[in-house]
Order: sequence, then structure tokens, then C-alpha cells
Amino acid sequence: MYRINIIKTLSLLFLVMTISVNAQHETTQKVHEENSDSTVDLRAEIKADIKHHLLDSHEFTLFHSKETGAGFTIPLPIILWDGGLQVFSSSKFHHGEEIAENNGNYYKLHHSKIYKTNADGALNLDEHHHPTNAKPFDLSITKSVVGILIIAIFMLWLFSSLAKSYAKNNGIATGMGRFFEPLVLFIRDEIAIPNIGEKHYKRYMNYLLTIFFFIWFINLLGLTPLGVNVTGNIAVTFALAILTYLITTFTAKKTYWKHIFWMPGIPWPMKIILAPIELFGTFIKPFSLMIRLYANMLAGHTVLMSILALIFIFKSWIGGPLSFGLAFVLSILELLVAVLQAYIFTMLSALYFGSAAEEHEDH
Amino acid sequence: MEQLISEFSFGLFFWQVAIFILLVFLLKKMAWKPILNAVNEREEGIKNALEEAENARKEMQNLNADNERILKEARAQRDTLLKEAREMKEGIIAEAKGEAQIQANKVVEQAQATIQAEKNAAISDIKNQVAELSIGIAEKVVRGELSDKNKQIKLVEEMLKEVTIS
Repeated sequence: MYRINIIKTLSLLFLVMTISVNAQHETTQKVHEENSDSTVDLRAEIKADIKHHLLDSHEFTLFHSKETGAGFTIPLPIILWDGGLQVFSSSKFHHGEEIAENNGNYYKLHHSKIYKTNADGALNLDEHHHPTNAKPFDLSITKSVVGILIIAIFMLWLFSSLAKSYAKNNGIATGMGRFFEPLVLFIRDEIAIPNIGEKHYKRYMNYLLTIFFFIWFINLLGLTPLGVNVTGNIAVTFALAILTYLITTFTAKKTYWKHIFWMPGIPWPMKIILAPIELFGTFIKPFSLMIRLYANMLAGHTVLMSILALIFIFKSWIGGPLSFGLAFVLSILELLVAVLQAYIFTMLSALYFGSAAEEHEDH
Repeated sequence: MEQLISEFSFGLFFWQVAIFILLVFLLKKMAWKPILNAVNEREEGIKNALEEAENARKEMQNLNADNERILKEARAQRDTLLKEAREMKEGIIAEAKGEAQIQANKVVEQAQATIQAEKNAAISDIKNQVAELSIGIAEKVVRGELSDKNKQIKLVEEMLKEVTIS
């Protein structure tokens, strides 16, 4: 555990340093060019950068200079359904600067979304600056999807090798298993069994274990220099929350529905009032799961990046190290938040499963 | 909220759901099942081993208790045997003593009877001899006495006297 922490801390340091070095270079150049309203421009640029980072992207940019256009970007496949399957590489967009043409259709990137345009690439903006162009059905392998795939493959490799090490050593974990087995047991003994009960917990274990490690690892991936903000994306947390909701709903026993629609032990007018509230509650619960994870990760990334950006606003020997130290401490806090959010999501999912699986009448 | 909805990407949602469900099923097959089974087996093994140890301990205790009981019983048996033997010994001795006494008494009685018979025989022998001697003496005396006439008369007189007195 100690060694792993050190590795993570070092990788965090690396993240902090790479970002600062790149940006320092960028801004000094800019300062030389225009001195008058540079601070306003810089702030706007930082804001846009942070916003851009938090959004999903159709390409995987490791580093990129706005002035020279140099950098290292991995193009990702674009998969669209627009009167037929349209598959092409995201390099056709040239970082969103050009219009991509595929099979006679023209597409343009606007704030990380793909819109269908004509050959000129004209976007019709409404009064809120939202394009009114048609949006093709976008199933592209975006940066976040790549992150999800990386974590999925990593988990498959990690846990199947763990399972194999059990078979090899007569049921005793070795190596990494020493670290992960207590976590697996923690989820079983402290999350699943107390919340769901000895009788039913087994059918939910696969989901709980997968979701815990998935959220944890993907949160950690967001803290690496790759900076893939997957769990700070509402579509991802919505997907996870809706899975919890569906499992709760479809494994629910009679007692669960009875407690929603006809709460036992209270007078009947109250039952009628409570029924819609309780029904509403079943949607609120996964909704809170979705928002909690999304907001926590988004806030963590925003604050971390903002503090790093302070270096370029202060541009002094005091402000620089100060914000660096602050970012370092905050990164350590984010490590805790990463595992904490995974724990909370798993814990609350188990709690909802527990209420669904409950059978006995004890009211 | 509006921003959240506008940020929502259905493609990402689709991939997340698809990859995650696939991940759950693959991990279930490849990892969670073997891991949880191995852990459960190990826990069961430990539980069984503990139970067995406890059982063995109990059995040991039972055995010890049995041993003690058997020992106690053996001791009691030995004591009774010894007691019986002692009683038997004493009985035999007492019996032997009684028999010996009876035998001794018989011998003594026989001896006494023999002695009595011998004594009687001796007495009667002595009596006979005395009578013979007396007769001899009396003959001699009578002869001597009768050699003198006076003495004869005197004797007769005395005899007569005696006769009358008696």
C-alpha cells in the first residue's frame, strides 16, 4: 500500500510538473507579444482550457501548443449514425478547425459536439449560442470511452490474474492479491452483507465489486497526467446510476413495492399521500448517486486546475510555489476523494439493493 | 441543469453501459467467482479446522474423564477384593482354630478316658494284690495266733465283740 501510494504521488507530481512547464512556456511567449490586456486574455484562456479539459473530446491530446500547432495527439475513431454508419478518423477535424467530409456528408466540431453542416461548415447559432444544426447520432470512441476501455482491460487483466494466483497457491493470495483481497473482503463483509443481508448478498456481489473498483480506478486515471475526466462526465455517472436503479427495480421483492405503494403501519390517508413521494424517492436515490459522483469529480478537477492556473496569473516566486504546494496537497486529497466516492457509490447501491431484497415483515 | 443536459452525450452513455455490463459479466466469470470461491473455501476450511480442534479437545477431555473413572473403579474393585481376601483369611483361620480346638478337646477327652481306665485297672489290680497280701498276712497272722490256745480264744472273743458292735 505504501509503495503504491508513493508511485501515485510521484505520478501526481509528474502531472503537476508537466502541466506547469508546458503552460509556463506558453504564457511567457504570450506576455511578450501583448502586454496590455494580457491578464484578461489569460484568465479567459484558462477558463476555456479548464472547460475544455472537463469536457469529453474526440481526440486524445497528450500535449498541444496553441501558437505553433505542434503537439502530440492521438486521433480516435468517429462513429456516427447518419442515414447509415459513418466511420472516419477524428484527424479529419484537425482539432476542430476543419470540416470533416465523409461519404458526401459534412460535419463540424463545436464544443466537443459533432454537428452536420453543409460544405461551407456554417453553424446556425440561436440566441444562447447553441447551434441549431442537426446532430447525428454520435457513437464515437471518445477520450472518455478510451479511458473506460483502458480501465476495463486493466481490471480484466488484474482480477483474472488475481483469480489465477488463487488457483495456483491453494486459495492463498500472493503479490497484488495481498492488497486487493482485503478490499474485496471489505466490500463483502462491510458493504454487501450488512446492507443486503446474509441471504441475498451473493447475487449483487459481482456488480458491487465491479462498480467499486471501476469507479476507483477511473477516478485515479483522472488524476494521472493523462487527465481523462471520465467520472466528471454526467453521461458516465448517469449510466452507472441507471444500472443501480434497474438492478434495484428488477430484483425488488414484494416487501419493497408494498413499502412504496401501501406503506404498512400508518393510517390510509397517509398511505395515499406517501405513495407518490415514495415512488418519486426511488428516482431521487439513483439521481443523487449520479449527481454526487459527477459533482465531486468535476469540482476536484476544476479546483485542481484553477489552483495550477494561479501560477500563470501570479507569475511570481511566491505565488508559484504556493499554488504548486496547494495543488500538491489537493492532489493527495483527491486521491482520498477518488476512493471515497467509489465507496459511497458502492455503499449506497448496496443499501438500495438491500431495501429491494428485503423480504420479512417487521413493521 | 440545462448545461448538464446539453453536455450529456448519448454515445458516451451507450459505451459506458455496454462496456460496464460486459465488464461485470466477464469479471464475474473470470475473477469474482473464483476469488470469492477461493476465499469462501479458505474460510470454511479454517472454520472446519477450528471446529475439529474443538471436537478433538472435547474428545480428549472425555477420554481423560473415562480414564479417571476406570481407574477409580479399578481401585474400588481392588479394595473390595483385598477386603474379601482378608475376610476369607480371617474366616479360614477362625475355622481352623475351632477345628483344632475340637480335635484337641477330643484328644484330651480320649486321653482322660484312657487314663481313667488305666487308673481303674491299676486300682483294681492294687485292690486284688492288697487283698491277696492281706489274705497272706492274715493267714500268717492267723497261723501265728492259732498256735497258742489263749490267743485263739482271745481272737474269737474279739471277733465276736466286733461282730456285736457292728
